[in-house]
Amino acid sequence: MTSPTAPTAPSAPDRPPVVRRPAGLTSTGIVLVILAVAVVAGAVLTAIEGRNFFSTGNLRDILTITSTLGLIAIGQTLVILVGSLDLSVPFVASLTGVIAAGIMAGETGNVPLALVVALGLAALIGLVNGLVVSLLRVHGFIATLGMGLIISGYIATNYQGSHGSAPRSFRLIGISFIGPIPVSTLLMLGCALLAIVLLRRTRVGHHLYAVGGNAEVARLSGVRTWVPVVTAHVLCSLLAGFAGLLLLARLSVGNPTIGSQGQYDLMSIAAVVLGGTLLAGGKGHITGTIAGVAIFAVMDNVMGALQTDPFLRDVVRGAVIVAAVAVYARREIDRRPARFDAPSPARRRA
Amino acid sequence: MRRTHVKSVLAGAAVLAVLTACSTDDSGGGSDTAGNDTAEQETEGSSDEWFVQADYDEQMEQMSATFSGPEDQPWLQYIEGPTTDTSQWATQESQKVCFANASISNPWRQTGWITMNQQLEVLQESKVISEMETRDAGDDDNQQIADIDYFISEGNCDVFIISPNSTAALTPAVERACETGKPVIVFDRGVETDCAATFIHPIGGYAWGIATAEFLVDNLEEGDKVVALRILPGVDVLETRWAAAEKIFEENGIEAVDYFTEANPETIKSIITDEITKGDVAGVWMDAGDGAVAAIEAFEDQGVDYPVMTGEDEMSFLRKWEETGLNGLAPVYSNFQWRTPLLAVEMIAKGEPVPTEWVLPQVPITEEERAAFLEANDGMPDGHYAKFGGEDLPGYPEVWQERQIP
Amino acid sequence: MSTPTVPYRSTTVPQHQHGLAGRVAASVSTPGGAVFVLAFALLVATIFANSNFGDPGYLIRFLGRTAPIAIAAIGQYYVIVSGEFDLSMGAVIAAQVVIAGDYIGDDQSRIVPGLVLMLALGAFIGLVNGLLTTLLRVPSFIVTLATMLALAGLVRYLSGGAASGYPHDDLRQLGRGVVENVPVVEVLPYPLIILGVLCVAAVWLMRRPFGRTLVAVGDNPDAAHVKGARVWWVKTRAFMISSLAATVAGILLVGSAGVHPSVGQGYEFRAITAVVLGGVVLGGGRGWVLSAVAGAFALEQLFTLLTVLEVDSTWRDSVQGVIIIAAVAVAARAWTVGRRPSPKAPPPEPARPASVTYEPTPGTPPEQPTPGANTGGN
Repeated sequence: MTSPTAPTAPSAPDRPPVVRRPAGLTSTGIVLVILAVAVVAGAVLTAIEGRNFFSTGNLRDILTITSTLGLIAIGQTLVILVGSLDLSVPFVASLTGVIAAGIMAGETGNVPLALVVALGLAALIGLVNGLVVSLLRVHGFIATLGMGLIISGYIATNYQGSHGSAPRSFRLIGISFIGPIPVSTLLMLGCALLAIVLLRRTRVGHHLYAVGGNAEVARLSGVRTWVPVVTAHVLCSLLAGFAGLLLLARLSVGNPTIGSQGQYDLMSIAAVVLGGTLLAGGKGHITGTIAGVAIFAVMDNVMGALQTDPFLRDVVRGAVIVAAVAVYARREIDRRPARFDAPSPARRRA
Repeated sequence: MRRTHVKSVLAGAAVLAVLTACSTDDSGGGSDTAGNDTAEQETEGSSDEWFVQADYDEQMEQMSATFSGPEDQPWLQYIEGPTTDTSQWATQESQKVCFANASISNPWRQTGWITMNQQLEVLQESKVISEMETRDAGDDDNQQIADIDYFISEGNCDVFIISPNSTAALTPAVERACETGKPVIVFDRGVETDCAATFIHPIGGYAWGIATAEFLVDNLEEGDKVVALRILPGVDVLETRWAAAEKIFEENGIEAVDYFTEANPETIKSIITDEITKGDVAGVWMDAGDGAVAAIEAFEDQGVDYPVMTGEDEMSFLRKWEETGLNGLAPVYSNFQWRTPLLAVEMIAKGEPVPTEWVLPQVPITEEERAAFLEANDGMPDGHYAKFGGEDLPGYPEVWQERQIP
Repeated sequence: MSTPTVPYRSTTVPQHQHGLAGRVAASVSTPGGAVFVLAFALLVATIFANSNFGDPGYLIRFLGRTAPIAIAAIGQYYVIVSGEFDLSMGAVIAAQVVIAGDYIGDDQSRIVPGLVLMLALGAFIGLVNGLLTTLLRVPSFIVTLATMLALAGLVRYLSGGAASGYPHDDLRQLGRGVVENVPVVEVLPYPLIILGVLCVAAVWLMRRPFGRTLVAVGDNPDAAHVKGARVWWVKTRAFMISSLAATVAGILLVGSAGVHPSVGQGYEFRAITAVVLGGVVLGGGRGWVLSAVAGAFALEQLFTLLTVLEVDSTWRDSVQGVIIIAAVAVAARAWTVGRRPSPKAPPPEPARPASVTYEPTPGTPPEQPTPGANTGGN
């Protein structure tokens, strides 16, 4: 929201000097630069393999993978902005997928009901998450880890293997393209836009930043802190549910483990942080998150084209995450002692 | 969600009730049987979804079927049946193969992947295959669908080989691959379409369940307890193994309790230890054998007799089995099937007919045969599978011993 | 492990309360004390459900097999109390297990160098985690997530997915062996002895200036800084302790569980859960190390209880989820209710270090609302 006000002068003996960057380059700017670098590097490496990075098929591959993780990461951004976390997203995605597929049972007429039930369920899970976090004062990490376990037990008990099926009309969402752009990606970008409007233009959006930045100050200035927390959690679960429906459209059947297969919990958090959002909350942008997701997608695509060893891919992912976040993490710290990130700069003057 | 919540709250409440009101529950035995009843009802209900009598009967039959093909090359053997005419694909050209792999995330898949690459070397030498491009989906359906679509539009493929991550979800993508008019070879887990030129697989999960459960039934008394260790729910090739075994246990009055372990030896050991503490465990059944050693060691550490046990043809189990001399059986989910798809490419390029459903033999290793397999695989790592079928390939045995993943 | 009073007497009980009963009552009303009650209640419930589980021989073995997760929880405690996370534990354990299998193998002479190598590697990983977190300012959640990915990938890449075999039995004795002919309990597992030693060491360390600074750093890095603590080095050491704890857990698991690529899987979440069950606050600054150990016991006891009650295998996750949330929700209450009322400490004044009134000393739990402790519900 605001630029750091804390003196970042390298005064303390335990820290190497902070390099000051031009004031114009925001963290989102840096992420976009990294994305551009990734695209260029990807294009070159792909060309060396004798492929065209910008071919329709390749762009579709990248964008398709972006859409699901993107949706979940948008929700994760909201939750992280407000100072919480959501580890239950993969299970919400799986659950909405199997439930919707079960209700659809291959009939187009059942689609509206399936969407309402599935998304309603997702919202309800988000509501419970939000209330447990805000009213019962359980840390988001534990609340959503527990919720994830609860849902996973329910799924394992009631759905073994594929369940139900989506009618062709619904599956079209997953396999239609406008030019090289999959419809699912457009839907994801639409959600991103809505989230940006929410954060920039609405009262609850502003409160989200306020509570994430400093709950105590927000409370003292008259913000009912539980409202933004619950809102963020409900929206996050809704988006995860939406992602589950997109996956259903791609898979045509409900798969009870699809969420865990994509490792959407940790990867979405990584994408959010890669996108420049402060893990402690209060600062960050949806644009950065989308760029973070795109960086992952480009990276995976290039490693796929290079036929990199699947095990080595994780090594590269890990290295890129740390390196990219390190580029701007140092300048993002303000004076607030955070729960997740590094200590804030010293207050004593040299 | 409402239902989820109510159910899970009930489940939680059940535990909490015992926690808080344990004084009402004066007899351990009483609560034991109560727990048993519900557990059995639930598992009974849930496995119905997986049990298909027709498939069970078919695999039962195939277990005693005669296999055609070269005697000493089980990976080329098949059960007589309909074949696919491949003359339209006959060519002198070297073929570019595109392989959409589900993953190499477990030792069984890793072993097979190594074998496949050594087979590839042979076929590249003989100019049948020019190149194999592989995409690894990392156990993710969504990723694998994208991989197949990528191959269709960008891969410039002559042949598709697909090892599906899951059956129903991959069906549309496999159909899209078929629509290109190029031959499609599916192996291991199947798909719900017969558009592929050939679907290669060992007999199947029911056969595994039948062989193992019948062995346990033969060696145990009615009323004996068997602990069933399962990897995870929801994977069809694993669920069918348990569905068949559970049915046979039930029919023969064997009391079976099942657990999901994710093949983690620590979990396995804790579960077995607790089950031994609860009462005698006469048998151990596994739906995949890695981690078997931990189960056996739990018996050793508790100082009780070894159980009758079924594991897998994984080396660690075979070695521990011999060392302990317990009464056991090593069922096999034929790892050598990883060679067959590439050999099918060769047959298709030559225009030879291939079995439309290529059922490979799946024969458990018995105690009598064990020594021979141990000798043949001497020096192989624990995560290696005895029936990997790569003895005649280049690089044997170093590549497998060193576990060189390409 | 069954006398919850000892660790608390000096650390938590307000000074104006006297008498053992009062102290115990005050202790169990805090989350860190309540976990002992929880563990005990779970144990009693298990024994009621099946009396075989009350057999001393079983109990002592149960404690022994819980040692690896308890040790991991001790390590995780140091990181969490300093306000950070360590998600790389599982990967560290997996790496150590593979090293034991591939490097030591069946060669007895390699046991000692192998152990040295493993400990050095553990310390190194912790050092990297710590430096990336403190010097590069990357959130520890992300650093250790990246370490988890990179390390797990690297180990599988180098080993071809699985270790070649079991290491020499002498090494495995550390995790599997027992002292025979002990009165009452029959045997004494080596892992339990190791855990006991580490518990003592952990308590001792928490009373050293390092431990106190660590809690202060977790509670409020600014204030700690004012006191002149070298925050980066304190935290880096916490990460090293965590990775070393994971290494020790790995060494024990090689013996007790065996060698398999999935050993250690999920240990990071189990350890964090155990620590949180022990009433330690995510975000740092509060909690006792032995409560984390008790949290590990409670968690494992819960799994055993589920086995004894024959809870359907598919429902076990759900029950675990409910209990974790419930336990932490209750603990969150207890922290707010159970604390001794005291005048609000004035916020730390940067210009006047002397005005920092609270110190991470026993008996004075930080009263001041931690500014960063927002909705997460610290």
